[in-house]
Amino acid sequence: MSSHVRTRRRVTLSATAAACVLAVTLAGCSGTTKNDTKGEAKEAASNAKADPNAPLKKGLKLAFLPKQINNPYEKIVDEAGIAAAEEFGGQGKEVGPSDAKASSQVSYINTLIQQRQDAILIAANDPNAVCGPLKQAMKQDIKVVAYDSDTAKDCRQLFINQASSEEIGRSQVQHIAEQLGYKGEIAILSATQNATNQNTWIEFMKDELKDPKYKDMKLVKVAYGDDDDQKSFQETQGLLKAYPKLKGIISPTTVGIAAAARYISDSSYKGKVVINGLGTPNQMRKYVKDGTVEQFSLWDPKKLGYLGSYAAAALASGQITGAEGEKFKAGELGEYTIGKDGEIILGPPTVFDKKNIDGFDF
Amino acid sequence: MNTLAKYLRWDTVVGVLLIAVFLAGSGTTEGFADTANLSAALNDTAEIALIALPMTLLVVAGQVDLSVASMLGLSSALAGSLWEAGWSFELIVPICLLVGALGGLLNGWLVTRVGLPSLAVTIGTLTLYRGLASVVLGDKAIADFPEAYAQWATYTQTVPGTFVPYPIALFAVLAVVTAVVLHCTAFGRSLYAIGAQEDAAYFAGIRVKRLKLVLFVLAGFVASFAGIVYTLRYGSARADNGLGLELVVIASVLLGGVDFDGGKGTLGGAVAGVLLIGLLNNLLTLNDVSNEIQVIVTGLLLVASVLTPRVVTSVSERRQRRAATAAPATA
Amino acid sequence: MTDLPRLRSPAQRDCLRPRARCADRPPAAGAAPAKQPRHRRFTRKDSGVTATIESPPAAPEADGRSARSLMDLVFRARELSIGGALLVLILGTWLANPSFLDDQGIKDLLLNSSILVLLAAGQSVVVITRNIDLSVGSVVGLTAFACGSFVSGTDHSALTTVLLGIGLGVLCGLVSGLLVSFGKVPALVVTLGMLYVIQGIDHAWAHGEQINASNVPDDVLGLGSGSILGIPYLPLISAAVLAGTAYYLRTYRGGRELYAIGSNPEAARLAGIPIRRRVLAAYAFSGAVAGFAGALWLARFGTVVADAANGWELTVVSSVVVGGVAITGGVGTVWGAALGALLLTTMGSALVVLKVDSFWQQAITGVLLLAAITTDRIVNLRTTSALRKRSRR
Repeated sequence: MSSHVRTRRRVTLSATAAACVLAVTLAGCSGTTKNDTKGEAKEAASNAKADPNAPLKKGLKLAFLPKQINNPYEKIVDEAGIAAAEEFGGQGKEVGPSDAKASSQVSYINTLIQQRQDAILIAANDPNAVCGPLKQAMKQDIKVVAYDSDTAKDCRQLFINQASSEEIGRSQVQHIAEQLGYKGEIAILSATQNATNQNTWIEFMKDELKDPKYKDMKLVKVAYGDDDDQKSFQETQGLLKAYPKLKGIISPTTVGIAAAARYISDSSYKGKVVINGLGTPNQMRKYVKDGTVEQFSLWDPKKLGYLGSYAAAALASGQITGAEGEKFKAGELGEYTIGKDGEIILGPPTVFDKKNIDGFDF
Repeated sequence: MNTLAKYLRWDTVVGVLLIAVFLAGSGTTEGFADTANLSAALNDTAEIALIALPMTLLVVAGQVDLSVASMLGLSSALAGSLWEAGWSFELIVPICLLVGALGGLLNGWLVTRVGLPSLAVTIGTLTLYRGLASVVLGDKAIADFPEAYAQWATYTQTVPGTFVPYPIALFAVLAVVTAVVLHCTAFGRSLYAIGAQEDAAYFAGIRVKRLKLVLFVLAGFVASFAGIVYTLRYGSARADNGLGLELVVIASVLLGGVDFDGGKGTLGGAVAGVLLIGLLNNLLTLNDVSNEIQVIVTGLLLVASVLTPRVVTSVSERRQRRAATAAPATA
Repeated sequence: MTDLPRLRSPAQRDCLRPRARCADRPPAAGAAPAKQPRHRRFTRKDSGVTATIESPPAAPEADGRSARSLMDLVFRARELSIGGALLVLILGTWLANPSFLDDQGIKDLLLNSSILVLLAAGQSVVVITRNIDLSVGSVVGLTAFACGSFVSGTDHSALTTVLLGIGLGVLCGLVSGLLVSFGKVPALVVTLGMLYVIQGIDHAWAHGEQINASNVPDDVLGLGSGSILGIPYLPLISAAVLAGTAYYLRTYRGGRELYAIGSNPEAARLAGIPIRRRVLAAYAFSGAVAGFAGALWLARFGTVVADAANGWELTVVSSVVVGGVAITGGVGTVWGAALGALLLTTMGSALVVLKVDSFWQQAITGVLLLAAITTDRIVNLRTTSALRKRSRR
């Protein structure tokens, strides 16, 4: 039996070797490299005409597909969106994976297509992984609106941006610089290494720091807490140990800033290290009140969901097509104009501090 | 052999369940039996299904490989970073497959030559390979893979005249090959022998270590291939691709009645297990059953899959024993 | 017990080596139980060291004592080597960056590792019986959230919270344990199933809700942040649980029997050990510890979302394995497991402090894990051959 096996193995081995050689030879002849695919992406052409005066259709079915259903922040957004849908006589629902994985959202998009929803609102875990199915959805006349975290531009009609990415990135550096008197080492505690929006913001932060007025400030490290409470907590400790001269931490993620604040509030660094970033008032109230955190910012997630819902309805009712310059009315939030690349910006983020924090509950 | 256990083999039960889910789905849920939906649902299981093939062989031989999902991620990350560096895709694929085979070789070497338990080894390489993936690609996400290849991995491109997407068609062919190898060749029989009683198999002249080594190499190879499929299918190479997939693969295989103790199970059962989890999740999602409930259902099915056969066996054994004690009295 | 039989003892596998002397194969099912102690004692290199010391006196061979002390040393060496590695790591990091070991630094190290150490202690009790409990991560998540929603906005005491956590944990452990011991199904499969079920229940219950630190009563939070003489409560609690478990495993009949079950289930059955009850108890203990850890998680972090400790099962198993508890059962101590857990957490902190790129962190952990089990195996092989030579003389 063993000799039999051995022969089989030899055959397998030589077959594999042959296949490899063949593949390499082929590669030598006609390689497909990155440069070949440049410019393949086509613009999603929309021939439909917008009718700004069309009424919002009744009974629209909107589906919210958050990064993951267990994320408290996304839940606030989606619930507000669902409530908004009821306002204009539509119905909304929230579906999604319980892990924030790029691939998990894909199967949900496919089933939403089968369920013939009128619009899909998605906070993409990966800008490209969800692209194929979303294009499929648009082909079947399902409107696609990205919110919170964008997809690739030709895979959705609109992107509801919570605030301009540039403004978020730059303003965080500006805020912490003021708190530190434009001096000292800072670090960033981000979410996952692959998080699209955080990485965009960080690019803008780095760009802002190039301005000569920040010459005495230095970004020493970008750490990743994976949007995991415990991991972010431990990363904060590590940062403070590794960089004893660290004066400030920017954490552009709600999980990260809460974990960092909790660690600092309970350690000897309290009052010596400044924390700023994006957080929800409910998570941060304790640390603002005990003086660990002076200020942080965030947009109102409820408004984000609300605006998303109205934008999707306007698309599905034919009021807008997603072209730049079109206007629509988003309920009580007033009129919004579509910007470049189908982007709609909610507004500047709110800065929370001791004085105003009790006015917010989310 | 008693009658009850004969007709109630678990892999048959899973097959029946699969058909039942399909019928119930097409009867009650609009859009389920739609070809586009079936293509999408099937394609979503592509990587799990592919990896399940060598995993079945491993489990039958009494081994397990937890590092497959990390290898998938490593292969994806490697493909991404080489693609970014401007390599040609035709060269990237064999390199990834080679890395996969080498990774499998390391697993196999540690298990067979150093003599470590496969569970411990592959927990280690699970961490190692995922770590390497993160070293190779860092925080980047690479996209824009060549459309000429990517289209073969999507569910919209199906084998002409059917609703079967190409990755699943490939899987079907490989499944038939694997089934023949496992059930109709000396190689396959020796895997059962190793799984049932390793020492006996060794004394019967089976080259236990060599076979195990081959299986691990195969698992690494297929996992890296699945990594390529994954990358093309989602059009995105990331270090965290396929995170946690190993448990889904193992759950599917075990659900199909392959005994974790080794030596028992059929490939058909494993394939039915993969498809059952895939279709059931699709059906539940279509009916707006939340993901949490789906997770619970998967867990319960898994427990049932190991518990039921044992309960059936013990009940029928008891019945047999009673019959045996009653028989002399009536004779 | 037929769980994880693939992962059978290295001694048995040695018999597959052509040159190996198969005289030291564990006796087959039908062998006379009376011969057991001798076999275990002198030829099974991987039975727990304490097993050798505590087992009822068997007829000593001429050089039994020196063989025993050699083995003793080897197993001490196992724990000593992890301890040594830990020490080198800590000292090295300290030299590179002195603030690693200031007051705050030590406090952080202790706090970071205490929950993992606790879970590792629970897990090692199960692994010693040649089983595994993959559901611990989910149990921690569920109990942390359950305790959180129980105390949220109330003024329940820390004790009530902890008791609730333990109770819930025991419940989960009992279900797994019953399935494994009485259902006779493979532990890995059952606990994998339980991992899914418990996680699903937890997520369905929480559904995006979150427990905020401001709603948790101060008494509970005090458990996580308070300290005696500068030492926080958490590591003290972990140490106490650890010491209790170690003492039980080493001294009590029940504890010894757990090793026996893991070493050779068939022999243990023939020796009249109530296997089912012991395994069930091991699972209940592991569950209780996980539930306890869940309550402590709430106390420490205050903010709890549904997926606390998500994916920790493999970290816990890793630390147990690094700590020298053989996944094939019957070998290892909770001290080793605790050291393993300490090593893994400390390494995580040290790499950050040493400014090693965080992308490398996981790869290094993987290498360490493989190195730990490989050296263990090689040392074992060497010792066995040394012992064999002695007994041949």
